[in-house]
Amino acid sequence: MLDPRGPRFAAGLTALVVIVVMITGSGWLALAQALVFGLTAIDPRRGPYAWLFRAVVAPRLGRPAELEPVAPVRFTQVVGFVFLVGCAAGYLAGLPVLGLVMASLALAAAFLNAAFGLCLGCEAYLLFRRLTGRAIPARVPNPAP
Amino acid sequence: MRDSVLPGLVAVAGVLVLTTGVGLWRRRRDGVLRPVAPLDGPSPRSSTRVGPGLPVSPGLLVALGVEPGVPVTLLQFSSEFCAPCRATRRILAEVAETLPGVRHVEIDAASSPTGVRALSIWRTPTVLVVDADGRVLHRVSGVPERTEVVAAVTPLLTPLLPETPS
Repeated sequence: MLDPRGPRFAAGLTALVVIVVMITGSGWLALAQALVFGLTAIDPRRGPYAWLFRAVVAPRLGRPAELEPVAPVRFTQVVGFVFLVGCAAGYLAGLPVLGLVMASLALAAAFLNAAFGLCLGCEAYLLFRRLTGRAIPARVPNPAP
Repeated sequence: MRDSVLPGLVAVAGVLVLTTGVGLWRRRRDGVLRPVAPLDGPSPRSSTRVGPGLPVSPGLLVALGVEPGVPVTLLQFSSEFCAPCRATRRILAEVAETLPGVRHVEIDAASSPTGVRALSIWRTPTVLVVDADGRVLHRVSGVPERTEVVAAVTPLLTPLLPETPS
């Protein structure tokens, strides 16, 4: 179980990093952020931002009123990882438009989470299921497993 | 990327403005109990709202776990990666425990695509307030307020209360 304020703090830091990526167009910084996502996805308690939260922020806050399960946080980190890898690839391969689009999506998700506590990835999941679930039977008479 | 920081700045500003708008809009609607159009009343949005005015087959609700005859069923759609769903579960379970005649049923939205489609569930948590006749009277997306749920549910339970002699 996690202190839910940790991932939110991490989302705020992520938003700042992504803003810097978008302004400077630095593919390497995007890659570094992708690495942070990757490490956090492996173990949300041991991510670099989670470590910073525990070392610097958490001692100044009271005890969390409730704890959050790890699985949803992990899911969002995987989504973030995919976006930032795409972003880094775009900038490093000389496709700055791809980099900017990927970074914009990542910034939207991180900012919504940090500022409003809204988890875009979590909601996109059901939306995705619904949209694909509707499209498949309509087009192909072969039910997905 | 070396020539100008302008596209990046514009994109940052655009994303922040847009997401702030989305966030504020969502905050206003989130957790607010909305009545579903009554059977006789015309509903301008009935094509997107599932309610008593629209054919919700009783079989569908029963298949989702609603027991006919139970005065109020709080039918909650949840998904696996959803922290607000857990908060909603806690609130609704408490309401069901405190008020006799209220049942809380939670289902995984991903496991019942038919129900999700027929009932226009687009996000989790979404809670439908279903009465004894299987009519959907209210719906709420996001974590509802306990007091609001109790206020919406109580009128449906009053017939059960012992009648005061006049």
